[in-house]
Amino acid sequence: MLNYVIRRLLQMIPLLIGISIINFGIMHLAPGDPVLLLTERNAPPEEVARIRALYGLDDPIYVQYFHWLKQILKGDFGRSFVDGRPVIDHIMDRLPYTLYLNFIVMIIIYALAIPVGNISALRQYSWFDHVVTFFAFLGQALPSFWFALMLIYAVGIKSDWLPIAGVGTIGVTLKRHGLWTVLVDRAKHLILPVTVISLGSMAGITRYMRSSMLEVIRQDYIRTARAKGLPEKVVIRKHALKNAMLPIVTLFGMELPILFSGSVIIETIFSWPGLGLLSIRAVFQRDYMIVMALNMIGAFLMVLGNFLSDILYVLVDPRIKYL
Amino acid sequence: MAAVSKQPPGELDQLDPNFGGDALTLKPESYLSMVWRRFRRHKLAMAGLCFLILMYFVAVFAPYIATQSYRHTDPPNRLQPPSGEHWMGTDHIGRDLFSRVIWGSQISLSVGFVAAGVAVVLGTVIGAVAGYFGGVIDNLLMRFTEIVMSFPTFFLLITIVSIVERSIFNIMLVIGFTSWPGLARMVRGQFLSLREQEFVLAARALGGSNARIIFRHILPNAMAPVIVSATLRIGGAILTESGLSFLGLGVQEPFPSWGNIINGGRTFLRQAPWICAFPGIFIFLTVLSFNYVGDGLRDALDPRLKD
Repeated sequence: MLNYVIRRLLQMIPLLIGISIINFGIMHLAPGDPVLLLTERNAPPEEVARIRALYGLDDPIYVQYFHWLKQILKGDFGRSFVDGRPVIDHIMDRLPYTLYLNFIVMIIIYALAIPVGNISALRQYSWFDHVVTFFAFLGQALPSFWFALMLIYAVGIKSDWLPIAGVGTIGVTLKRHGLWTVLVDRAKHLILPVTVISLGSMAGITRYMRSSMLEVIRQDYIRTARAKGLPEKVVIRKHALKNAMLPIVTLFGMELPILFSGSVIIETIFSWPGLGLLSIRAVFQRDYMIVMALNMIGAFLMVLGNFLSDILYVLVDPRIKYL
Repeated sequence: MAAVSKQPPGELDQLDPNFGGDALTLKPESYLSMVWRRFRRHKLAMAGLCFLILMYFVAVFAPYIATQSYRHTDPPNRLQPPSGEHWMGTDHIGRDLFSRVIWGSQISLSVGFVAAGVAVVLGTVIGAVAGYFGGVIDNLLMRFTEIVMSFPTFFLLITIVSIVERSIFNIMLVIGFTSWPGLARMVRGQFLSLREQEFVLAARALGGSNARIIFRHILPNAMAPVIVSATLRIGGAILTESGLSFLGLGVQEPFPSWGNIINGGRTFLRQAPWICAFPGIFIFLTVLSFNYVGDGLRDALDPRLKD
């Protein structure tokens, strides 16, 4: 096992180097001189040169790359071109909001998708299965931003039921209104974004669960369990469910990058102050240091997530031998 | 399976024309007609296909169907609700929305089509070359594929889009360039198993070049999943383009795409919800249709599913 983990970890290194080169390359293909963002429009050439040297932008490109790599290995992603604050501070400001939203979405998605997918598989071609399949197709084809806008119009504008932007009402604080009011206010702000994200991403997991369960209940050991006279409940709960859950468990590894990356579109629509909103602002302002950092962290977490799901798979499934 | 159709018709089925039509049919059914017969049974896929044919008809004949030019403004008649004159109402500078949605279908559908085409060609070629040659080539190509896959797709997309000129053509290319890795992996898997089969050995013994073996012999046998994935990808690309355009990072004004019409209507959601509503219905139905057609094709092309 330890061997497998170590080999798998070593495999990640060239992958991460490749990712960093591509990421750095894309940003240096970008037109527009970032130095012009940092200086006054009529700054004297000496001033421009000073700023250029300050950010190391006059070094040869490979020197810049290694410098940048050394910095990010130390956890330093440089400073924003726009306001000069460290990039990591920008990210840390926003990260909690994205984690908060995506964590709740994740719980809701799995809590719903697992039972729904199972029932769907156990009653294949029943009306329930057909309804679920229909909603899965619907969820995959629905443009999330359009669905969000229609919801905003229906419950936020037409009838004033729910707040349509932000994390909480400004001015509603623990001190002034007490815990209960704050909780209710926060929950109300969550309803719309959570609904939109869940509907879009539930479809995939439900279908996955369904096909995994369908695969399992056709296996010989299920037939054996039935043949020896076990009640159907026990067959499903003890024999089928455990095996059908195996591929789902490995999905948890893949949740890691999803938790972080957030949804650019949804955060924009609901003015949710998370990483998605940060990334779109950085893209519009050409704040390449932030864009580069977000891409790098996102890709790193994706690689890490892949690693975790491989390890999880080996851990939960004794049939798999780590070679 | 494709080879069966090349068999010349036997003598027997010319003797009795009434003999065909059941399981004992002697005249071999061509592969395409079998696929079509199986596809037709999938009602939602058929409905989707009909809708898509209609949409492509609309897109091709947009100049004749649209009542106005997509850039014709009429400020006094701004934010008009749907009426006999303006079927979908007007936007904030008085442009006829029906016309813009019709013109938009041209842009949205072609972006979907070309972007998916780029992804399919890239994914197929990279996957085929990696799977066929194996060894170092496979290793290098697959590491590269993994690297591209590791980036969060939408982040990567908005990053690249932010540094290139946002012309319609570039949007097509960027969506294509960011969505090929899954396909490459799938094609590679197919090639890995197909290249071990006898017909490849036979082709090689006959002196076929590598390119010929890849594209003429192996690829046709690996086409079924590629066709399915290409179909789903067109829908996916339309959705991606609409998302980008909605953020203002896709197709730029004054050209209409379904996504940027919604973006333009966002500010006026309160007074004029129809600006956002109509293009979204078109995106939704088009993508849904592509998904159903893809699903129908998957069933129809799968040789393991018998009638």
